[in-house]
Amino acid sequence: MNNSMFKRFCIGLLAWVIAFVIFFPIFWMVLTGFKTETAAIADPSLIFSPTLDSYIEVQQRADYFKFAWNSVVISFGSTILALLIAIPAAYSMAFLPTRRTKGTLLWMLSTKMLPPVGVLVPIYLLFRDTGLLDTKLGLVIVYTLMNLPIVVWMLYTFFKDLPRDILEAGRMDGASTLQEVVYLLLPLTLPGIASTGLLSVILSWNEAFWSLNLTSSQAAPLTAYIASFSSPEGLFWAKLSAASTMAIAPILVFGWLTQKQMVRGLTFGAVK
Amino acid sequence: MKLSYALPLAGMIAFSSIAADAETITVATVNNNDMVIMQRLSDAFEKSHPDINLQWVVLEENVLRQRLTTDIATQGGQFDVMTIGTYEAPIWAERGWLTPLDNLPADYQQGDLLKPVIDGLSYKGKPYALPFYAESSMMYYRKDLFKKAGIKMTRQPTWNEVRDWASKINDPENKVAGICLRGKPGWGENMAFASTLVNTYGGRWFNMDWKPEIDSKAWHDAITFYVNLLNDYGPKGASSNGFNENLALFSRGNCGMWVDATSAAGKLYNPDESEVADKLGFAPAPVAVTPKGSHWLWSWALAIPASSKSKDAAKEFITWATSRQYITLVGEKEGWTSVPPGTRESTYTNQKYQQAAPFADFVLNAIRNADPTDSTLKPSPYTGVQFAGIPEFQSIGTQVGQMIAAALTGEMSVDQALSNAQRATERTMERAGYYK
Repeated sequence: MNNSMFKRFCIGLLAWVIAFVIFFPIFWMVLTGFKTETAAIADPSLIFSPTLDSYIEVQQRADYFKFAWNSVVISFGSTILALLIAIPAAYSMAFLPTRRTKGTLLWMLSTKMLPPVGVLVPIYLLFRDTGLLDTKLGLVIVYTLMNLPIVVWMLYTFFKDLPRDILEAGRMDGASTLQEVVYLLLPLTLPGIASTGLLSVILSWNEAFWSLNLTSSQAAPLTAYIASFSSPEGLFWAKLSAASTMAIAPILVFGWLTQKQMVRGLTFGAVK
Repeated sequence: MKLSYALPLAGMIAFSSIAADAETITVATVNNNDMVIMQRLSDAFEKSHPDINLQWVVLEENVLRQRLTTDIATQGGQFDVMTIGTYEAPIWAERGWLTPLDNLPADYQQGDLLKPVIDGLSYKGKPYALPFYAESSMMYYRKDLFKKAGIKMTRQPTWNEVRDWASKINDPENKVAGICLRGKPGWGENMAFASTLVNTYGGRWFNMDWKPEIDSKAWHDAITFYVNLLNDYGPKGASSNGFNENLALFSRGNCGMWVDATSAAGKLYNPDESEVADKLGFAPAPVAVTPKGSHWLWSWALAIPASSKSKDAAKEFITWATSRQYITLVGEKEGWTSVPPGTRESTYTNQKYQQAAPFADFVLNAIRNADPTDSTLKPSPYTGVQFAGIPEFQSIGTQVGQMIAAALTGEMSVDQALSNAQRATERTMERAGYYK
């Protein structure tokens, strides 16, 4: 084995080890979902007689599909709304910057540094008075605002990579700003927009603080569903694992199907 | 219109208006087993009350507590029935956040409720929540290990006896710890146990001027005893064990003794969940200097927030869920060991329950003897056995719990932990305006 082959082997091995370490908790969670409650807390073992009891009990206690539908509507709704707001914002920041653009971008990012619990009571009061408590619209608004800084930043980075000459050429041919965005900017930066959207969907899907605090029975997404299966009294690991597996399954499949676009968008930039 | 058409039509309209008028109430509850059973059996309530629909929000205890506190403090009105504990009921009632429950129907049999339990849910003599189930604490032990070591359990064990017994049955080679106790930090975790230990050692959280007494001799004796006992005869990693972890350890045969909630009895006595069901012994919680406050009192109860728009329907539901009839329903449908314990005298005079749950009398005595209004040797200004019933206690209890857990792991000495805890508590009480 020559030196470069050995190096490649080592890198490959390292990648597999890292992938295994990252994947192991998910693997163990899926496995635990098929155990009985007593087997779930017994000494860790890969050999056991699998059962669907936990899945059946979890479904009997709460309607999974209602929670899953809420998660889909809220995460995709907030992502679409965030992209609709962020695309024009990032366009103006990337192609028509002013001396305050950098400062605005940093200020937007700084809003992510505030612990959400600090604004829980004011937002709760606002939602109470506007009738948005326990509504999907309410969570779509909150998630849009929550993800907007990241979405704007990512799109801004992708748009900045686009050579200005292409847009200028379009303008020379008489394209309006809207046409410039729709026919040039969006098609050319589609991988970047797609990966930004995917990230926003995943962040919204996994968000637990606002979804637990602003919903009760009508708009509660899968994060609230999972929160009903851990317990300080009694055995719960098998049921919690079954509920968690069902909660992450849709987003896992979605991430798997779109991983090409995601990796391409995140690693190669928009137009390279 | 012919009458033959008009009548069914009128009937349909009347029916649809009844269906449309059905009132929906949202019930927020914890996901403990007894509440899961309540949710499962609630069909019976909806059948007998066709004008009321139930919507459920079932959450883990800590998540639910935060969720309910936000809603009730802002008068959000998201819930019609809330599941709260003995700690919250009087504090929330004082602030006017709960609906008083004084005009209960005669068939509810309010006099049948266990007095210490309903007293703990009352404020100025009026109940503000109805008990769904209640628990105290007691000692579980392994009869087989005691017999092998030649130990005879006493009617009222003392903590010194417990230490001697733990030294005899401790067998780390066979993965049996002499004793298991809570070590996980938190006001409802290690501090629930530690508070009862401090009580029985003659200590208290605050003196009559609300000055903390965490650096007193009683606290020092109690916590030193606790740390030494667990380090010498406890399981490995005791500082991360809460109720669930100890329940798992005991039911797998890894503990010789365990002092914890009476609600564990049903689980340990169930051979499907416990490997030690046939070797299980019960005893009252051990005492030291005084029997006062040696075992706790907690109940989960159903209350109606003042912000609810469906108070009458909510009252219908909570009087059903905490009634004698409901307890009978659970006994018949789910088995008598599954009935919500600790709330009604009639549960303990029921022959079927007595037969199914041999621990019933221990639980009843423990609850009857727990007095939240007089749980310390020296007088104290607060109510509560394993907590002080003031809003600041959650943060104080958790902070002190972390320091005691640090003493247990050896990160700091008991002296250091208690003096840090004393200073932190003094600061909190001063900021809250109890004294200058």
